[in-house]
Amino acid sequence: MMDSGHSISPSECLLRMYEEHHEIEDYQKGVPRWCTGCGDNAILAAIQRLCRDEGLLPEKTVFVSGIGCSSRLPHYMNTYGFHGIHGRALPVAEGVKLARPELSVFVNTGDGDCCSIGAAHWIHAVRYNMNMTMMLHDNQIYGLTKMQASPTSPIGLKSNTTPRGSYLEALNPLTVTLGISNVSFVAQVVDWIPEVLYQVISAAYHHKGFSFVRIIQRCPEWLPKLMEPWLHDPQRVLMLHHEDGVEISPAVAKVYTRMEEHDPSDMNRAREIASSIDPIPTGILYRNEEVPCYEDVRLDGRLRTASLVKQGLEAEFDKFTVWPDASGQA
Amino acid sequence: MALDESNKNEESRVNGAAGKATILKEHIVEIISDSGEGAQKCGQSFGAIVARMGIGVWTVEIIPAEIRPPARSVAGASGNRIRIGSDQVTNGGDETDLVVAFNEQVLLGRIHSKELKQGCAILLESMWREDKDPKVAKSYAEACEHLIAAGYKVFEIPMEEECLKIVPDPRRGKNMFVLGMLCSAYSLDLQIAREQIALTFAKKSEKVVKANVELLEAGYEWADKNLDLKFEIPAEKSSTPQIVVNGNTALALGVLASGMEICAMYPITPATSASHYLSDAFESVGGVVHQAEDEIAACAFAIGASYAGKCTVTITSGPGYSLKQEAIGLAVMGEIPLVVVNVMRGGPSTGQPTKTEQGDLMTTIFGSHGDAPKVVIAPGTIEECFYSVITARKIAETFNMVVVILTDANLATSQQPFKRPEFDEAWLAPPIDQSAVPEGAKPYDWHPETGLARRFIPGQPGGMHTLTGLAHDVHSHVAYDPEINQQGMRARSLKLAALQKSLRPPEVVGDREGELLVVGWGSTKGAIEEAVARLRDEGRKVSSMHFAFLSPLPPGIKEVLGGFEKVLAIENNWSDDPDDEIIDESNRRYTALATLLRSRYLVDVDCWSECRGTPLKPSTVRHLILEKLK
Repeated sequence: MMDSGHSISPSECLLRMYEEHHEIEDYQKGVPRWCTGCGDNAILAAIQRLCRDEGLLPEKTVFVSGIGCSSRLPHYMNTYGFHGIHGRALPVAEGVKLARPELSVFVNTGDGDCCSIGAAHWIHAVRYNMNMTMMLHDNQIYGLTKMQASPTSPIGLKSNTTPRGSYLEALNPLTVTLGISNVSFVAQVVDWIPEVLYQVISAAYHHKGFSFVRIIQRCPEWLPKLMEPWLHDPQRVLMLHHEDGVEISPAVAKVYTRMEEHDPSDMNRAREIASSIDPIPTGILYRNEEVPCYEDVRLDGRLRTASLVKQGLEAEFDKFTVWPDASGQA
Repeated sequence: MALDESNKNEESRVNGAAGKATILKEHIVEIISDSGEGAQKCGQSFGAIVARMGIGVWTVEIIPAEIRPPARSVAGASGNRIRIGSDQVTNGGDETDLVVAFNEQVLLGRIHSKELKQGCAILLESMWREDKDPKVAKSYAEACEHLIAAGYKVFEIPMEEECLKIVPDPRRGKNMFVLGMLCSAYSLDLQIAREQIALTFAKKSEKVVKANVELLEAGYEWADKNLDLKFEIPAEKSSTPQIVVNGNTALALGVLASGMEICAMYPITPATSASHYLSDAFESVGGVVHQAEDEIAACAFAIGASYAGKCTVTITSGPGYSLKQEAIGLAVMGEIPLVVVNVMRGGPSTGQPTKTEQGDLMTTIFGSHGDAPKVVIAPGTIEECFYSVITARKIAETFNMVVVILTDANLATSQQPFKRPEFDEAWLAPPIDQSAVPEGAKPYDWHPETGLARRFIPGQPGGMHTLTGLAHDVHSHVAYDPEINQQGMRARSLKLAALQKSLRPPEVVGDREGELLVVGWGSTKGAIEEAVARLRDEGRKVSSMHFAFLSPLPPGIKEVLGGFEKVLAIENNWSDDPDDEIIDESNRRYTALATLLRSRYLVDVDCWSECRGTPLKPSTVRHLILEKLK
């Protein structure tokens, strides 16, 4: 120990950093303006719990979102947040991650934001496999623009743009994601089983790579009855469990008795499970830790000093320089 | 179009080392072939050789719209146009004086587009005369006959036959034979040419270099013996090292020098070559070129990286710029520094992808919905392309603004030597601020007079806030309060005024008073200044002023405009012809700069413009100024 009572040694400093502890309240900001009973509230609670449990430094954590009800989430987090434009949360998050790989990056997006206007970015984000967690808040409807059919709306759904029922089969975000090269983590969960919601988001956070979590979420305002059959009948939820996946607690297992032991490394079975609409599979469908992350492939980790830039620039200048003396440096 | 020959070439005959050489003040040479026959490489090498000899040079690429247009097609000319002169050359000049063509069809295409001087010298591959296909032979013979009748000096040259003596496949090597002929015709130093070939083929084997040198020498000897063309452009070698690159490479070098670390882009002509070069060079200094899935993603990616503390550039052209507009608005609203390069091409829509135009000024300044103030700068020379990126990043980070650099296909594909820059550490970005934010500090603590606010970057303890594209207050909280919206709009606008206060008025070339002031911006600088200089030499009271800052416009402009009887904007974009029958003052659409100046300064700025897809010619500019002076 140093002689002065007030001085702190570097290692002590480090210790302090690691010991920094935050309560759930430290991650909370403002009062969420979602409707009563909105599934977004459950997702927010799970995220705030995750931040506390993982001891994430609020200043080193960034929540990126697009536009829609779900995308308001960063405003309720006392971390850094980026509430951008419709459909473009993923490329923004990728830019953040490439510039600053040391930051923890989360993306909150909705079925309109991700599966419709931002669909191109979704496919490519899976392929880039950057280390971040994406939560697809899928309520199967456009909420903020007041009830239009979304790509994940079930066929026949009556909405303001489909008054006689929607015309097309719903897009299945799980099968799409599992079909993309470099896919490394796919999970599904429902907003009304908070414990599993937390477990899955936590597993997604711990996965090194792009974690895709589809959260089936209720919209009490526009589709209050849509998920009721599933809510009332636990048999219509298929609990995936595995020692490498999610372990179901006895309390949950008591209610949700329909279970399947599924090894998340089994892609073929994952694709079969993913195609099930009813029952709703919850848990980790697929995980592969071996897929390289784009930021690791692209960044060489060298410190960009002024002399490095100068050296590189002069070498480039040399390629194009006409020297006054032909015998000179060429 | 009236051609001006009055003081261009003072021709005189002297006895050079290799016989009689005509001394020229300047000349324009063109080398054209089918795509893939190497005319571009020949032209680039020729440009580099003359530059090494201290001869002023401006080269322009001739690019067909397709990658592999059909062989021997009128629209398929690929190659280079090189203007050389005793003094510094600042633009592509007027019509071509001497053209080397690998077939008569590409040549006819150039004549059709009025790029060749009436009666100019034509060095034409003669193998087609004996072609197995009678149609080809006939077409060649007819073209020759027609050209000779029209007064062109046609030299039929058995290039293929001569090259076959050295290489089995003349398609790969004819270009170096042609380079040799040109070295002879322009009395260039053969040793410098040999060195240039070694540089051009540096990545190839020694055998390839040797074969190309042999072809060069063969071409040189053949021309010495058989060609009655001998010119000389006297020039003094520069005493300082010069860089010879095109505008896109200069931009990419600027990105490197600016200290930026990330470039996010999506392929688009004619911007892509900047990213090609950068992809190769950037990694040596730890930079990354991210090829995004689309233009919007490229812009959003750049915004994300900039937000996280590393000011990023995205490089595009018109259609891509249109796609980025919403994201650019987000950067304006969130006050995220961002550099956007728009290498303009012909528009609207897909327009003319490989051709030059200055059609995007208005969309750049006023684009993105709502009021989205941003900085717009336009380099006028290749050298300015380099420095503009360094300036752009500095402004972007100082003012937390979007800075758009407007270049065009003309600058992108033209080469002009400039003084090798001396590296300055001040070009680079400072390290990312990770210090704790003082208690009570606000993310948008807009300065009441300048609108400026200190930005909080992820990682800064205490600075946590959610950046939003929604209207927001000083805390970055979403706010629909009418007063708060006014406050934010005001702050973002004031930043432009604050920047404007720090700018200098543009330089007036010529007297500050006179009959006519010509104003322009961007790539037309060289052509306008050359034309105006010619007219001043002829005793006309004409001056010019070229804008590099378009948003904000620099101070002191009104005073300059007031010194002239007439002001004329000359641009490479659309404006109505006031002589068209239904055009009058109530409906005439002016050029972009004229519109800006008229609305801002209430000065009756006249304009002239064209959208031919080609760079403005000094002779055209001179001619139309004379018309306006009548």
